[in-house]
Amino acid sequence: MDFICNFPFFSILISLFSGTICSVLPGKAAKWVNTFVIVLIGAMSAALLWYLLGTGESFVYMMGHFPAPWGNEIRAGVLEAATALFFCIVMLLSMWGGRKKLMEEVEPSKHNLYYILVNLLLSSLLALIYTNDLFTAYVFVEINTIAACGLIMIRQIGRTLEAAVRYMIMSLVGSGMLLIGICMMYDLTGHLLMSNIQESVTAIIEEGTYVIPLVMAIALMVIGLAIKSALFPFHAWLPDAYGYSTISSAAILSSLVSKGYIFLLIKIIYRVVGFRIFHDTHIINVLFVFGLMAMIFGSLSAIKENDIRRMIAFSSVAQIGYIYVGIGLGTQVGMLASVYHIFAHAAGKALLFIAAIGLTDVSGFSRKFIDLTGAGYRNKIAGIGFTVGSLSMVGVPVFAGFVSKLLFAQAAVNNVGKMLPTLIALGISTILNAIYFMKTVIRIYTPRPDAPYESVAIGKEKLYAVSIVLFIALNIMLGMSSQPVVDAIHAGLEMFG
Amino acid sequence: MGANLFVNYGEAVAAVLFGIGFGNLLLQKNLIKKIIGLNIMDSAVYLFLAEKGYIIGRTAPIVTGGVQSVEAYINPIPSGLVLTGIVVSVSVSALMLSLTIRLYRRYHTLDLDQISLMIKKEEET
Amino acid sequence: MSRKKTEQEYRKTFAFHFFRWLNGEKDPYLGEVEMKPQEPYKETEEEVKARIREKNMISRRLYGVAKSKEMKGLERFYKAASIIFCCILIYLLLFTVSYLPPVGTADRPVNNEVPQRYIENGLQETGAVNIVSGMILDYRAFDTLGESHVLFVATVTVLILLRLDKKKKNDGEISIEEAEANDRIYEPKNDAILQMAAFVLVPIIIIFGIYVILNGHLGPGGGFSGGAIIGAGLILYLNAFGFQKTERFFTEKTYKWISFGSLSFYCIAKSYSFFTGANHLHNIIPKGTPGAILSSGLILPLNIAVGLVVACTMYAFYAMFRKGGF
Repeated sequence: MDFICNFPFFSILISLFSGTICSVLPGKAAKWVNTFVIVLIGAMSAALLWYLLGTGESFVYMMGHFPAPWGNEIRAGVLEAATALFFCIVMLLSMWGGRKKLMEEVEPSKHNLYYILVNLLLSSLLALIYTNDLFTAYVFVEINTIAACGLIMIRQIGRTLEAAVRYMIMSLVGSGMLLIGICMMYDLTGHLLMSNIQESVTAIIEEGTYVIPLVMAIALMVIGLAIKSALFPFHAWLPDAYGYSTISSAAILSSLVSKGYIFLLIKIIYRVVGFRIFHDTHIINVLFVFGLMAMIFGSLSAIKENDIRRMIAFSSVAQIGYIYVGIGLGTQVGMLASVYHIFAHAAGKALLFIAAIGLTDVSGFSRKFIDLTGAGYRNKIAGIGFTVGSLSMVGVPVFAGFVSKLLFAQAAVNNVGKMLPTLIALGISTILNAIYFMKTVIRIYTPRPDAPYESVAIGKEKLYAVSIVLFIALNIMLGMSSQPVVDAIHAGLEMFG
Repeated sequence: MGANLFVNYGEAVAAVLFGIGFGNLLLQKNLIKKIIGLNIMDSAVYLFLAEKGYIIGRTAPIVTGGVQSVEAYINPIPSGLVLTGIVVSVSVSALMLSLTIRLYRRYHTLDLDQISLMIKKEEET
Repeated sequence: MSRKKTEQEYRKTFAFHFFRWLNGEKDPYLGEVEMKPQEPYKETEEEVKARIREKNMISRRLYGVAKSKEMKGLERFYKAASIIFCCILIYLLLFTVSYLPPVGTADRPVNNEVPQRYIENGLQETGAVNIVSGMILDYRAFDTLGESHVLFVATVTVLILLRLDKKKKNDGEISIEEAEANDRIYEPKNDAILQMAAFVLVPIIIIFGIYVILNGHLGPGGGFSGGAIIGAGLILYLNAFGFQKTERFFTEKTYKWISFGSLSFYCIAKSYSFFTGANHLHNIIPKGTPGAILSSGLILPLNIAVGLVVACTMYAFYAMFRKGGF
């Protein structure tokens, strides 16, 4: 085995261990540890991705001295490595972009605790990406949930505390269902390791004795994860949590945490249940319908909103709907579109949140649209960032969102039965997206000479500007050279099946 | 309904308890009662798991008298999973309780809906 | 019933004193001090008025929005939807349970080659007599590593929420001094019964906890349960003797370093064993003779580390909940 095969294990353990280290460091040192760890893991994931693209084969890594059905295992393929790399980039840029706000909004003595949470969140995301074992996945889902709750309430105002409670309640409902689903799965198959479960599941379907409880177990796991990733009727906690937490948290939560659960869901669909069997159950239609509803109702709520950050949060609901529609189409192309949209949405949404904070800061800390008039001139870099993010979300060519919409349309055309509703919903949702995002862009570029607010020079907040510029580059890169990314995702999904 | 409902009575009880806990978590307005609902739900899962491992006439999986045959002991895996589950539930309860303390200190009520109304009022003024 | 003694004579007998003590009319600890019942809480008329005014104001301000028809309808809809959802969930779960393999039989899918190897070879491969310990700390150690970090991240969130760092008062929050003052209410007022009980019980509880931890690989027990027992002992000690006594051996610094030390030991030790296992290297940690106290490789030190973390965490939870500091 090559040494590079240790990298997934190193990434998980390093981020886990750095969390412990940060607990005894002062805030400033913890900040450096955090940056260093994210960069290191990103570099390792990049190396791993390069290696895997070279060999073209996934590998499993034994966690301990005992082989497959007895010990724990992690597994790495192209898709896993690419997602890990992408998550590291988005996390690093989100941390940079929100650093100044973090200093203002969090008590100085609790800075190091924030970095502990971020490190542990990263490790749990990596574990969700790499794991090959259902119960390990459950344990790290819980770390992810608690750390995310910590990120929400680290800015201790009434709104965030309430949002944290609501988030916890919804999440716990979700994890309860996930856990009982895993238990049933274990009861029926006798394994907790994904590859062994899949063998047993195929056998059960052929045999036909335990098909009913098997479908229920799958349904419970899928619904649990859907609740946790804020699919449409379960999104009540989301606007407050994203809208009022400190900006790094909002960017990380919207672009990474919910995506971690969705990635696990995709992994379960492919590696635990098997794509064909999952396609034959009716759960897929439920996901499809809720996804469609999320696309439309999320956008409608966003239009009604008069608060820029809550508007972006509601747009997340709609975008998660897109991902579930892609899964619900039940074709390989649909899945590809979903995975691509995970990337595109993560890049775009984090950029929007980071840019929005720059705009509100030069408008007297008000998030109302009326005060934001002309904010694009007062903080130029944030204005450009917001415009790029909006264009990407709406789906204008050159930016990332366009490619994912194109992929969704292709996938819809491939599936005859679900083509019409998908295309109609896609059209309506795009128009609604365009309405509320363009409204905002026009608003921030409407000159308002009598504005009583100071403007900010570009060079003044260097780290913030760097993060916005890199985010813009990421969006354009995903949009312009989408072919290698799509190819990598395709290869990764092939390795799953 | 299948044939095994009354054979699996332990699991059936766990299912009902899970539903009760779930209902408490969603319906109760009082935060403490919500947390109690959560704990009922977790306990139901542990009961469910414990039922999975049990085999009639066998003892706990601790090697006694050098006997090492599968015929002597119950399945150790569910017991291990329950242990992990308990730690998770302790952590979550601690987090929820401390959130409740903070909200109570600030708004002097445990009713989540009232708290959100008070927050809205607070922001308007 | 006729009385043989007069009232005055009766007052001098032992029986009279005994029954008075039994009825709670006299406290033997307080000598001849008279016990007065607490006065009922009385409000003056102005206070009542102020209270009612405040209540009305709050309900006007709150329910002006709350009791509108739309909200009421929404609330009812939410309730009905939740109840229906729960009933459906219970029904579905029961339905599934009725199709699950029967409990208690040996020929179920669960009883396959996995538990077979744990039971038949567990003693030789892990060195632990308690198969569950061997399973969670050796075969499936990655789960357990994650689990201990769940506890760690929960402590971090509790610290964020409840630890008081502000010296000064700041809109609505309480400062450290105020919390100290508030905490005096809970401080024991040298309660003789509690202190005596704690004096006897705390050493026993802590020794029992240590026994459970050290015996984790030999019998029922392990780091988490033992740590919880020790934590309970520490909390009892704190309740009996107050923060001034516990401060001498347990402060925030002790907590920080103990949990850091144990968790990093856990992380490093397990990383070593994962790394050697995956790369098929030789593991230098000896297994020892099964059944001896110093056996089963890493399981005993890991149990000790987990026990320390859990004991400190339980104590920290209590201290945080009570006053927001150690």
